[in-house]
Amino acid sequence: MSLLRATFAIVGKDLRIELRSRETVSSMLLFALLAILIFGFALELDRTGRQDSAAGVLWVTVVFAGLLGLGRSLGREREQGNLDGLLLAPVDRSALYFGKMIGNFIFIAVITFVLVIPLSILFDVSFFISPLLGLVMLMGVLGYSAVGTLIASMATYTRGREVLLPVLLLPIALSILIPSVRATRDLLAGRAFADVSSFINLLGIMTVIYITLSYLLFDFVVEE
Amino acid sequence: MIDIKGIIKAFGLRPVLRGVDLHIGEGEFLTLFGPNGAGKTTLLRIVASLTKPTGGHVAVGGYVLPQQATEIRAQIGVVSHQPLLYGDLTARENLQFYAQMYGMSDESRIDERLKAVGLGKRGLDLVRTFSRGMLQRLSIARATLHDPPVLLLDEPYTGLDQDAAAILDSVLREVAIQGRTVMMTTHNIPRGIQLADRIAILTNGKIAYCEPADGLTALDFANTYAAVTGMVTTR
Repeated sequence: MSLLRATFAIVGKDLRIELRSRETVSSMLLFALLAILIFGFALELDRTGRQDSAAGVLWVTVVFAGLLGLGRSLGREREQGNLDGLLLAPVDRSALYFGKMIGNFIFIAVITFVLVIPLSILFDVSFFISPLLGLVMLMGVLGYSAVGTLIASMATYTRGREVLLPVLLLPIALSILIPSVRATRDLLAGRAFADVSSFINLLGIMTVIYITLSYLLFDFVVEE
Repeated sequence: MIDIKGIIKAFGLRPVLRGVDLHIGEGEFLTLFGPNGAGKTTLLRIVASLTKPTGGHVAVGGYVLPQQATEIRAQIGVVSHQPLLYGDLTARENLQFYAQMYGMSDESRIDERLKAVGLGKRGLDLVRTFSRGMLQRLSIARATLHDPPVLLLDEPYTGLDQDAAAILDSVLREVAIQGRTVMMTTHNIPRGIQLADRIAILTNGKIAYCEPADGLTALDFANTYAAVTGMVTTR
Protein backbone atom coordinates (compact mmCIF):
# COMPACT_ATOMS: atom_id res chain seq x y z
CA MET A 1 0.00 0.00 0.00
CA SER A 2 2.82 2.40 0.94
CA LEU A 3 4.60 1.49 -2.33
CA LEU A 4 1.55 2.47 -4.38
CA ARG A 5 0.97 5.62 -2.35
CA ALA A 6 4.61 6.72 -2.71
CA THR A 7 4.62 5.86 -6.43
CA PHE A 8 1.58 8.01 -7.12
CA ALA A 9 2.90 10.79 -4.85
CA ILE A 10 6.00 10.98 -7.10
CA VAL A 11 3.87 10.89 -10.28
CA GLY A 12 1.57 13.62 -8.93
CA LYS A 13 4.52 15.77 -7.85
CA ASP A 14 6.24 15.45 -11.25
CA LEU A 15 3.02 16.25 -13.15
CA ARG A 16 2.33 19.28 -10.95
CA ILE A 17 5.88 20.61 -11.42
CA GLU A 18 5.64 20.03 -15.18
CA LEU A 19 2.29 21.82 -15.40
CA ARG A 20 3.88 24.83 -13.66
CA SER A 21 7.28 24.91 -15.34
CA ARG A 22 6.41 23.30 -18.73
CA GLU A 23 10.13 22.59 -19.12
CA THR A 24 10.19 18.95 -20.17
CA VAL A 25 7.15 18.43 -22.41
CA SER A 26 7.58 21.74 -24.26
CA SER A 27 11.23 21.02 -25.14
CA MET A 28 10.40 17.45 -26.14
CA LEU A 29 7.46 18.60 -28.25
CA LEU A 30 9.41 21.36 -29.99
CA PHE A 31 12.23 18.95 -30.80
CA ALA A 32 9.79 16.29 -32.06
CA LEU A 33 7.85 18.71 -34.30
CA LEU A 34 11.06 20.05 -35.83
CA ALA A 35 12.33 16.51 -36.42
CA ILE A 36 9.07 15.52 -38.16
CA LEU A 37 9.27 18.64 -40.34
CA ILE A 38 12.88 17.88 -41.28
CA PHE A 39 12.03 14.25 -42.09
CA GLY A 40 9.02 15.44 -44.09
CA PHE A 41 11.04 17.75 -46.30
CA ALA A 42 14.34 15.83 -46.39
CA LEU A 43 12.87 12.50 -47.52
CA GLU A 44 11.71 13.24 -51.03
CA LEU A 45 9.48 10.20 -51.41
CA ASP A 46 6.41 9.42 -53.46
CA ARG A 47 3.06 8.75 -51.76
CA THR A 48 3.75 5.03 -51.17
CA GLY A 49 7.25 5.70 -49.90
CA ARG A 50 5.96 8.31 -47.45
CA GLN A 51 3.28 5.94 -46.15
CA ASP A 52 5.86 3.15 -45.72
CA SER A 53 8.29 5.35 -43.83
CA ALA A 54 5.73 7.06 -41.53
CA ALA A 55 6.01 4.40 -38.78
CA GLY A 56 9.82 4.59 -38.77
CA VAL A 57 9.80 8.39 -38.68
CA LEU A 58 7.30 8.37 -35.79
CA TRP A 59 9.31 5.96 -33.62
CA VAL A 60 12.73 7.46 -34.37
CA THR A 61 11.36 10.89 -33.41
CA VAL A 62 9.71 9.52 -30.24
CA VAL A 63 12.94 7.78 -29.20
CA PHE A 64 15.09 10.91 -29.63
CA ALA A 65 12.52 13.27 -28.10
CA GLY A 66 12.10 10.79 -25.25
CA LEU A 67 15.84 11.01 -24.51
CA LEU A 68 15.35 14.66 -23.54
CA GLY A 69 12.65 13.80 -21.00
CA LEU A 70 14.40 10.70 -19.64
CA GLY A 71 17.63 12.62 -19.06
CA ARG A 72 15.79 15.26 -17.08
CA SER A 73 13.56 13.04 -14.96
CA LEU A 74 16.07 11.84 -12.34
CA GLY A 75 18.87 14.18 -13.44
CA ARG A 76 16.90 17.21 -12.32
CA GLU A 77 16.26 15.62 -8.92
CA ARG A 78 20.00 15.03 -8.50
CA GLU A 79 21.04 18.48 -9.79
CA GLN A 80 18.70 20.19 -7.32
CA GLY A 81 19.81 17.84 -4.54
CA ASN A 82 16.31 16.43 -4.10
CA LEU A 83 17.24 12.85 -4.87
CA ASP A 84 18.37 12.38 -1.25
CA GLY A 85 14.92 13.49 -0.06
CA LEU A 86 13.32 10.73 -2.14
CA LEU A 87 15.87 8.11 -1.06
CA LEU A 88 15.31 8.99 2.62
CA ALA A 89 11.62 8.06 2.48
CA PRO A 90 10.87 4.81 4.36
CA VAL A 91 9.48 3.01 1.33
CA ASP A 92 10.84 0.44 -1.08
CA ARG A 93 13.07 2.28 -3.55
CA SER A 94 11.22 0.68 -6.43
CA ALA A 95 8.50 3.30 -5.68
CA LEU A 96 10.96 5.87 -7.02
CA TYR A 97 11.51 3.79 -10.16
CA PHE A 98 7.80 3.23 -10.81
CA GLY A 99 6.94 6.86 -10.03
CA LYS A 100 9.57 8.15 -12.46
CA MET A 101 8.69 5.50 -15.06
CA ILE A 102 4.98 6.36 -15.02
CA GLY A 103 5.81 10.09 -15.26
CA ASN A 104 8.11 9.46 -18.25
CA PHE A 105 5.45 7.23 -19.83
CA ILE A 106 2.84 10.01 -19.56
CA PHE A 107 5.17 12.67 -21.03
CA ILE A 108 6.35 10.48 -23.94
CA ALA A 109 2.80 9.21 -24.63
CA VAL A 110 1.53 12.80 -24.87
CA ILE A 111 4.29 13.64 -27.37
CA THR A 112 3.59 10.46 -29.39
CA PHE A 113 -0.13 11.15 -29.74
CA VAL A 114 0.40 14.84 -30.57
CA LEU A 115 2.92 13.86 -33.29
CA VAL A 116 0.32 11.71 -35.03
CA ILE A 117 -1.42 14.85 -36.36
CA PRO A 118 1.50 16.50 -38.25
CA LEU A 119 2.71 13.04 -39.30
CA SER A 120 -0.71 12.25 -40.84
CA ILE A 121 -0.57 15.49 -42.83
CA LEU A 122 3.07 15.33 -43.96
CA PHE A 123 3.20 11.59 -44.68
CA ASP A 124 -0.33 11.14 -45.98
CA VAL A 125 -1.35 8.34 -43.58
CA SER A 126 -4.22 7.92 -41.17
CA PHE A 127 -3.37 6.82 -37.63
CA PHE A 128 -7.06 6.62 -36.74
CA ILE A 129 -7.84 3.39 -38.57
CA SER A 130 -7.61 0.91 -35.68
CA PRO A 131 -7.71 1.04 -31.87
CA LEU A 132 -5.04 -1.66 -32.00
CA LEU A 133 -2.64 0.91 -33.43
CA GLY A 134 -3.19 3.08 -30.34
CA LEU A 135 -2.50 0.05 -28.15
CA VAL A 136 0.75 -0.73 -30.01
CA MET A 137 1.88 2.89 -29.59
CA LEU A 138 1.10 2.79 -25.85
CA MET A 139 2.94 -0.54 -25.44
CA GLY A 140 5.97 0.77 -27.31
CA VAL A 141 6.07 3.92 -25.19
CA LEU A 142 5.68 1.85 -22.00
CA GLY A 143 8.56 -0.46 -22.94
CA TYR A 144 10.78 2.47 -23.90
CA SER A 145 9.91 4.34 -20.66
CA ALA A 146 10.61 1.19 -18.61
CA VAL A 147 14.11 0.60 -19.94
CA GLY A 148 14.80 4.33 -20.43
CA THR A 149 14.07 5.20 -16.79
CA LEU A 150 16.50 2.53 -15.55
CA ILE A 151 19.30 3.55 -17.93
CA ALA A 152 18.71 7.27 -17.25
CA SER A 153 18.98 6.55 -13.50
CA MET A 154 22.33 4.83 -14.08
CA ALA A 155 23.57 7.69 -16.26
CA THR A 156 22.49 10.23 -13.59
CA TYR A 157 25.41 9.11 -11.40
CA THR A 158 28.00 9.65 -14.13
CA ARG A 159 29.77 12.85 -15.17
CA GLY A 160 28.97 12.80 -18.89
CA ARG A 161 25.37 11.68 -18.52
CA GLU A 162 24.13 13.61 -21.59
CA VAL A 163 26.52 11.58 -23.77
CA LEU A 164 26.28 8.32 -21.89
CA LEU A 165 22.46 8.12 -21.86
CA PRO A 166 21.97 7.74 -25.65
CA VAL A 167 25.09 5.55 -25.97
CA LEU A 168 23.75 3.12 -23.37
CA LEU A 169 20.05 3.36 -24.10
CA LEU A 170 19.75 3.31 -27.89
CA PRO A 171 21.23 -0.19 -28.47
CA ILE A 172 18.97 -1.64 -25.74
CA ALA A 173 15.93 0.32 -26.95
CA LEU A 174 16.27 -1.36 -30.36
CA SER A 175 14.54 -4.42 -28.89
CA ILE A 176 11.49 -2.21 -28.25
CA LEU A 177 11.89 -0.04 -31.34
CA ILE A 178 11.99 -2.84 -33.95
CA PRO A 179 8.69 -4.59 -32.99
CA SER A 180 7.05 -1.18 -32.46
CA VAL A 181 8.00 0.04 -35.96
CA ARG A 182 7.08 -3.24 -37.62
CA ALA A 183 3.70 -3.53 -35.88
CA THR A 184 2.87 0.14 -36.53
CA ARG A 185 3.87 -0.10 -40.20
CA ASP A 186 1.83 -3.26 -40.81
CA LEU A 187 -1.24 -1.88 -39.05
CA LEU A 188 -0.97 1.37 -41.05
CA ALA A 189 -0.84 -0.76 -44.20
CA GLY A 190 -4.17 -2.31 -43.16
CA ARG A 191 -2.87 -5.78 -42.26
CA ALA A 192 -4.94 -8.01 -39.95
CA PHE A 193 -4.15 -8.65 -36.28
CA ALA A 194 -2.97 -12.19 -37.05
CA ASP A 195 -0.23 -10.74 -39.30
CA VAL A 196 1.13 -8.41 -36.64
CA SER A 197 0.50 -10.46 -33.50
CA SER A 198 4.09 -11.80 -33.40
CA PHE A 199 5.47 -8.25 -33.17
CA ILE A 200 2.87 -7.26 -30.56
CA ASN A 201 3.71 -10.36 -28.49
CA LEU A 202 7.44 -9.60 -28.74
CA LEU A 203 6.77 -6.00 -27.68
CA GLY A 204 4.73 -7.20 -24.70
CA ILE A 205 7.37 -9.73 -23.64
CA MET A 206 10.23 -7.21 -23.89
CA THR A 207 8.23 -4.66 -21.87
CA VAL A 208 7.52 -7.18 -19.10
CA ILE A 209 11.21 -8.25 -19.06
CA TYR A 210 12.44 -4.65 -18.79
CA ILE A 211 9.96 -3.70 -16.04
CA THR A 212 10.91 -6.83 -14.02
CA LEU A 213 14.66 -6.29 -14.50
CA SER A 214 14.36 -2.61 -13.56
CA TYR A 215 12.37 -3.49 -10.41
CA LEU A 216 15.11 -5.93 -9.39
CA LEU A 217 18.07 -3.70 -10.26
CA PHE A 218 16.92 -0.20 -9.28
CA ASP A 219 17.98 -0.47 -5.64
CA PHE A 220 21.58 -1.16 -6.71
CA VAL A 221 21.50 1.66 -9.27
CA VAL A 222 20.62 4.38 -6.73
CA GLU A 223 22.92 3.03 -4.01
CA GLU A 224 25.94 5.26 -3.40
CA MET B 1 19.87 5.58 20.11
CA ILE B 2 22.67 5.90 17.52
CA ASP B 3 25.42 3.31 17.75
CA ILE B 4 28.39 3.62 15.39
CA LYS B 5 31.19 1.04 15.66
CA GLY B 6 34.37 0.82 13.60
CA ILE B 7 32.97 2.63 10.57
CA ILE B 8 35.35 2.64 7.62
CA LYS B 9 34.64 4.39 4.36
CA ALA B 10 36.93 4.73 1.37
CA PHE B 11 36.21 6.42 -1.94
CA GLY B 12 38.31 4.42 -4.36
CA LEU B 13 41.72 4.10 -2.74
CA ARG B 14 41.24 7.22 -0.58
CA PRO B 15 40.12 6.39 2.98
CA VAL B 16 37.81 9.03 4.50
CA LEU B 17 36.69 7.31 7.69
CA ARG B 18 39.24 5.02 9.37
CA GLY B 19 37.27 3.36 12.16
CA VAL B 20 34.79 5.76 13.74
CA ASP B 21 33.24 4.77 17.09
CA LEU B 22 30.47 6.94 18.51
CA HIS B 23 27.44 6.38 20.70
CA ILE B 24 24.67 8.97 21.04
CA GLY B 25 22.12 8.32 23.76
CA GLU B 26 18.36 8.87 23.54
CA GLY B 27 17.48 12.60 23.73
CA GLU B 28 21.13 13.63 23.48
CA PHE B 29 22.34 16.52 21.26
CA LEU B 30 25.80 15.85 19.85
CA THR B 31 27.67 18.42 17.79
CA LEU B 32 30.38 17.09 15.51
CA PHE B 33 33.18 19.44 14.52
CA GLY B 34 36.02 18.80 12.13
CA PRO B 35 38.02 20.35 9.31
CA ASN B 36 36.71 20.32 5.73
CA GLY B 37 37.11 16.86 4.22
CA ALA B 38 37.30 15.16 7.64
CA GLY B 39 34.32 12.97 6.71
CA LYS B 40 31.54 14.60 8.79
CA THR B 41 29.02 14.62 5.93
CA THR B 42 30.02 11.09 4.90
CA LEU B 43 29.42 9.86 8.46
CA LEU B 44 25.99 11.53 8.57
CA ARG B 45 25.09 10.05 5.17
CA ILE B 46 26.09 6.58 6.39
CA VAL B 47 23.85 6.93 9.48
CA ALA B 48 21.04 8.17 7.19
CA SER B 49 21.46 5.04 4.99
CA LEU B 50 22.31 7.21 1.97
CA THR B 51 25.90 5.96 1.69
CA LYS B 52 27.10 2.41 2.20
CA PRO B 53 30.10 2.07 4.54
CA THR B 54 33.12 0.02 3.46
CA GLY B 55 33.08 -1.64 6.89
CA GLY B 56 31.71 -1.31 10.40
CA HIS B 57 28.37 -1.36 12.17
CA VAL B 58 25.58 1.24 12.46
CA ALA B 59 22.39 0.88 14.48
CA VAL B 60 19.69 3.50 14.99
CA GLY B 61 16.94 2.94 17.57
CA GLY B 62 17.84 -0.75 17.69
CA TYR B 63 17.58 -1.21 13.93
CA VAL B 64 20.71 -2.28 12.06
CA LEU B 65 22.03 -1.08 8.69
CA PRO B 66 21.79 -2.17 5.92
CA GLN B 67 19.27 -4.94 6.72
CA GLN B 68 16.72 -2.61 8.36
CA ALA B 69 17.38 0.54 6.31
CA THR B 70 13.67 1.19 5.68
CA GLU B 71 12.90 1.06 9.43
CA ILE B 72 15.85 3.38 10.14
CA ARG B 73 14.68 5.88 7.51
CA ALA B 74 11.32 6.07 9.30
CA GLN B 75 13.18 6.98 12.53
CA ILE B 76 15.26 9.84 11.16
CA GLY B 77 14.82 13.34 9.79
CA VAL B 78 17.66 14.89 7.79
CA VAL B 79 18.55 18.54 7.24
CA SER B 80 21.46 18.86 4.81
CA HIS B 81 23.24 21.57 2.78
CA GLN B 82 20.47 21.19 0.21
CA PRO B 83 16.94 21.95 1.44
CA LEU B 84 15.49 18.87 -0.39
CA LEU B 85 12.54 21.00 -1.49
CA TYR B 86 10.95 21.69 -4.88
CA GLY B 87 11.02 25.32 -6.03
CA ASP B 88 8.01 24.91 -8.32
CA LEU B 89 5.79 23.68 -5.46
CA THR B 90 4.42 25.76 -2.61
CA ALA B 91 5.68 25.21 0.94
CA ARG B 92 2.46 23.35 1.76
CA GLU B 93 2.62 21.20 -1.40
CA ASN B 94 6.22 20.24 -0.55
CA LEU B 95 5.18 19.08 2.92
CA GLN B 96 2.10 17.33 1.49
CA PHE B 97 4.37 15.42 -0.88
CA TYR B 98 6.72 14.33 1.89
CA ALA B 99 3.74 13.42 4.11
CA GLN B 100 2.57 11.05 1.37
CA MET B 101 6.07 9.60 1.01
CA TYR B 102 6.12 8.92 4.78
CA GLY B 103 2.65 7.35 4.68
CA MET B 104 1.06 10.10 6.79
CA SER B 105 -2.67 10.61 6.45
CA ASP B 106 -3.16 13.43 8.97
CA GLU B 107 -2.59 16.73 7.14
CA SER B 108 -3.12 18.87 10.26
CA ARG B 109 0.54 18.22 11.13
CA ILE B 110 1.55 20.14 7.97
CA ASP B 111 0.01 23.40 9.23
CA GLU B 112 1.38 22.74 12.70
CA ARG B 113 4.96 22.34 11.38
CA LEU B 114 4.65 25.40 9.13
CA LYS B 115 3.57 27.47 12.15
CA ALA B 116 6.33 25.98 14.32
CA VAL B 117 9.03 27.25 11.95
CA GLY B 118 7.35 30.64 11.50
CA LEU B 119 6.08 30.01 7.97
CA GLY B 120 2.38 29.67 8.78
CA LYS B 121 1.47 32.57 6.50
CA ARG B 122 3.77 31.52 3.64
CA GLY B 123 2.32 28.05 3.08
CA LEU B 124 0.78 28.92 -0.28
CA ASP B 125 3.89 30.65 -1.67
CA LEU B 126 6.17 28.93 -4.17
CA VAL B 127 9.37 27.76 -2.49
CA ARG B 128 11.54 29.35 -5.20
CA THR B 129 10.51 32.76 -3.80
CA PHE B 130 11.95 31.91 -0.34
CA SER B 131 15.18 33.29 1.13
CA ARG B 132 17.95 30.92 2.25
CA GLY B 133 16.86 31.30 5.89
CA MET B 134 13.23 30.49 5.07
CA LEU B 135 14.35 27.48 3.01
CA GLN B 136 16.34 26.19 5.95
CA ARG B 137 13.39 26.59 8.31
CA LEU B 138 11.07 24.85 5.85
CA SER B 139 13.71 22.15 5.57
CA ILE B 140 13.46 21.60 9.34
CA ALA B 141 9.66 21.45 9.05
CA ARG B 142 10.12 18.79 6.34
CA ALA B 143 12.62 16.82 8.42
CA THR B 144 10.40 16.82 11.55
CA LEU B 145 7.10 16.32 9.70
CA HIS B 146 6.87 12.59 10.50
CA ASP B 147 7.93 13.27 14.12
CA PRO B 148 11.20 11.32 13.95
CA PRO B 149 13.00 10.53 17.22
CA VAL B 150 16.38 11.17 15.53
CA LEU B 151 17.45 14.31 13.68
CA LEU B 152 20.62 14.53 11.57
CA LEU B 153 21.72 18.08 10.77
CA ASP B 154 24.52 18.67 8.28
CA GLU B 155 25.89 22.22 8.61
CA PRO B 156 22.44 23.81 8.93
CA TYR B 157 23.93 27.31 9.43
CA THR B 158 25.70 27.39 6.05
CA GLY B 159 24.77 30.51 4.09
CA LEU B 160 22.56 32.05 6.78
CA ASP B 161 22.86 35.67 7.93
CA GLN B 162 22.86 36.50 11.69
CA ASP B 163 19.07 36.99 11.91
CA ALA B 164 18.28 33.80 10.03
CA ALA B 165 20.83 31.90 12.15
CA ALA B 166 19.22 33.23 15.36
CA ILE B 167 15.77 32.06 14.16
CA LEU B 168 17.26 28.67 13.30
CA ASP B 169 18.77 28.54 16.81
CA SER B 170 15.37 28.89 18.43
CA VAL B 171 13.83 26.31 16.08
CA LEU B 172 16.64 23.82 16.86
CA ARG B 173 16.38 24.51 20.60
CA GLU B 174 12.68 23.66 20.44
CA VAL B 175 13.47 20.50 18.49
CA ALA B 176 16.00 19.47 21.18
CA ILE B 177 13.56 20.24 24.03
CA GLN B 178 11.09 17.80 22.46
CA GLY B 179 13.51 15.01 23.43
CA ARG B 180 14.85 14.16 20.02
CA THR B 181 18.28 12.66 19.57
CA VAL B 182 20.25 15.12 17.45
CA MET B 183 23.54 14.72 15.61
CA MET B 184 24.71 17.99 14.06
CA THR B 185 27.83 18.85 12.08
CA THR B 186 28.93 22.48 11.95
CA HIS B 187 31.92 24.81 11.75
CA ASN B 188 30.14 27.37 13.92
CA ILE B 189 31.74 26.84 17.35
CA PRO B 190 29.59 29.19 19.52
CA ARG B 191 26.32 27.86 18.13
CA GLY B 192 27.49 24.25 18.12
CA ILE B 193 28.48 24.43 21.81
CA GLN B 194 25.39 26.37 22.89
CA LEU B 195 22.99 23.69 21.62
CA ALA B 196 24.97 20.53 22.42
CA ASP B 197 25.06 18.14 25.35
CA ARG B 198 28.26 16.62 24.00
CA ILE B 199 30.92 17.73 21.53
CA ALA B 200 33.05 15.57 19.27
CA ILE B 201 35.85 16.31 16.82
CA LEU B 202 36.35 14.17 13.75
CA THR B 203 39.77 14.48 12.20
CA ASN B 204 41.91 12.20 10.03
CA GLY B 205 38.93 9.86 9.74
CA LYS B 206 38.62 9.20 13.50
CA ILE B 207 36.91 10.69 16.54
CA ALA B 208 39.81 12.48 18.24
CA TYR B 209 37.80 14.23 21.00
CA CYS B 210 34.42 13.54 22.59
CA GLU B 211 33.46 15.36 25.82
CA PRO B 212 30.38 16.87 27.49
CA ALA B 213 29.64 20.49 26.52
CA ASP B 214 28.77 21.56 30.09
CA GLY B 215 30.76 24.60 31.16
CA LEU B 216 32.78 24.66 27.95
CA THR B 217 33.34 28.14 26.48
CA ALA B 218 33.80 28.85 22.78
CA LEU B 219 37.33 30.13 23.44
CA ASP B 220 38.36 27.03 25.42
CA PHE B 221 36.97 24.79 22.74
CA ALA B 222 38.64 26.78 19.94
CA ASN B 223 41.98 26.12 21.65
CA THR B 224 41.17 22.41 22.05
CA TYR B 225 40.07 22.26 18.41
CA ALA B 226 43.33 23.86 17.27
CA ALA B 227 45.36 21.43 19.40
CA VAL B 228 43.44 18.34 18.21
CA THR B 229 43.25 19.18 14.51
CA GLY B 230 46.34 21.34 14.16
CA MET B 231 44.17 24.01 12.59
CA VAL B 232 43.28 27.44 13.93
CA THR B 233 39.56 28.24 13.84
CA THR B 234 38.41 31.69 12.79
CA ARG B 235 34.99 31.46 14.47
